[in-house]
Amino acid sequence: MNFGHFFRSTVGIATLAALLVALPFVAAMGGQAWVRILDFAILYVFLALGLNIVVGLAGLLDLGYIAFYAVGAYTWALLASPHFGLHWPIWAILPIGAGLACLAGVVLGSPTLKLRGDYLAIVTLGFGEIVRIFLNNLNAPFNITNGPQGITLIDPVSFGAFQFSGTTQILGFAVSGPQKYYFLLVALAILVVIINLRLQNSRIGRAWQAIREDEIAAKAIGINTRNLKLLAFAMGASFGGVAGGIFSAMQGFVSPESFSLIESIMILAMVVLGGMGHIPGVILGAVLLTVLPEVLRYGVGPLQMALFGKMLADPESLRMLVFGLALVLVMRFKPAGLWPSPERQRELQETGK
Amino acid sequence: MLEVTGLHVAYGGIQAVRSITFHVNEGETVALIGANGAGKTSTLKAIARVLDAVGGDVHFCGEKIGKLAPHDIIRKGIALVPEGRGVFPRLTVLENLHMGAFIRNATVDVEKDLKMVYGYFPRLKERESQLAGTLSGGEQQMLAIGRALMSRPKMLLLDEPSMGLAPIMVQKIFEVVRAVAADGMTILLIEQNAKLALQSSQRGYVMESGEITFNGESAMLLDDPKVRAAYLGE
Repeated sequence: MNFGHFFRSTVGIATLAALLVALPFVAAMGGQAWVRILDFAILYVFLALGLNIVVGLAGLLDLGYIAFYAVGAYTWALLASPHFGLHWPIWAILPIGAGLACLAGVVLGSPTLKLRGDYLAIVTLGFGEIVRIFLNNLNAPFNITNGPQGITLIDPVSFGAFQFSGTTQILGFAVSGPQKYYFLLVALAILVVIINLRLQNSRIGRAWQAIREDEIAAKAIGINTRNLKLLAFAMGASFGGVAGGIFSAMQGFVSPESFSLIESIMILAMVVLGGMGHIPGVILGAVLLTVLPEVLRYGVGPLQMALFGKMLADPESLRMLVFGLALVLVMRFKPAGLWPSPERQRELQETGK
Repeated sequence: MLEVTGLHVAYGGIQAVRSITFHVNEGETVALIGANGAGKTSTLKAIARVLDAVGGDVHFCGEKIGKLAPHDIIRKGIALVPEGRGVFPRLTVLENLHMGAFIRNATVDVEKDLKMVYGYFPRLKERESQLAGTLSGGEQQMLAIGRALMSRPKMLLLDEPSMGLAPIMVQKIFEVVRAVAADGMTILLIEQNAKLALQSSQRGYVMESGEITFNGESAMLLDDPKVRAAYLGE
């Protein structure tokens, strides 16, 4: 059975849609915490697909992606919280957040145009840290970000009178806040999937592929590598900005801590582990890497009790150990990712690597 | 057609090309030969604008092109076949060829040109759906030349097409280069294999430490005792 074909058939799409609708209600049986985990899984799908444009399509190794997420999150936090007393609506903040993140993408992109591979990774890594440190310290002489304390009481997403926080009755169902966010996030994720698909098969997508494969040859066949690399950075960053805004609203609180290097690495791991440049793979990677640590968090303790009758190791540290081991094993046995693109699979077969 | 005057290329303090002047006439194949490190590739890269020249002028069809962006060079009709081939390894042969026509939009013409390229290189037709990275070195060179032809250039810049290839493959590549030239293409050919390059061209320039030391008709250079001693191993 070919999954790719299945998802393209009408029956496949209908099944998928039904699953997506039912999922938050099934998860709610295990408690709202699981719905929240689902929300984050979708949020990370969104982020990973944004990063996939930069890393997977254009081949630019970006280790500071979380910075754009931070820009989006703080834009929302500052424009919709008591911190400055501003309470702007979503249709104003989200585009501003995306725009600022896009600008940050261009600002990061322009000095790095001539860098590739490891060098680019180091510069982007530095950029990510600069943004985080700025957020940490922009509380003096003027208090803009409130420093390490972060910003609290951020407005949730709302469309007119319809609030995304708290439970509402919809068609006789009690729909909780996290469940409403879930549907918002799914809608956004579908949008970014469509954009990714369109890009992949477009002229721009092919130009990105060429740049990824051989930059000099790309120039020689007439591709404006400078503009296209900047476009990749800008587009990836905009998605990060939108995701950041929703994150901010969903959490009601942001602090620089949420935007550390490990977050950038996690998102990159989702892209690489799932299957770089392959949309279903990236989605799988994002969902697995969000849900797996949580499953381990709840599962490792009880499992030890059942097996040995006592706690042998601290569940928190064991969780990261198992998680790390899983990553190593995937890379050892599935070097192109869990669900690589057909081209990549073929390449591995043909070259016998 | 191509006029290079006083071209100067430097990497930091190292002078790779010291104000060289040469020209290529329309329909002509010109060889630029010389030892490793003589500055041949730097010259070609500077013409294609992949590399910035420090000084000098490049004119193509009477138009100054020395300050153009690299991606605009091909739009003027100059196609570079880069050193080390530079095919897109994770794309198929056909996709690589289509990429060559990136600057053009009419699909009908592209199909016609694809036939033209397959005419020169039947092997590429057989390998059409194979990933370029899995081709042999010679086939990759064919693909690189084919891809350059797909842009319908007025002039080809070939950077060491014989590099790293088996002698039989080198012969095959040069047969096609001569065939393309016979069909009217203007070619600037850079080679370490001086004999082959001079046999396939009308005129030649000899480069040494960034300067042009000899030039003349290829047949004459082939007979020149100094050239023979230095570059033809006699």
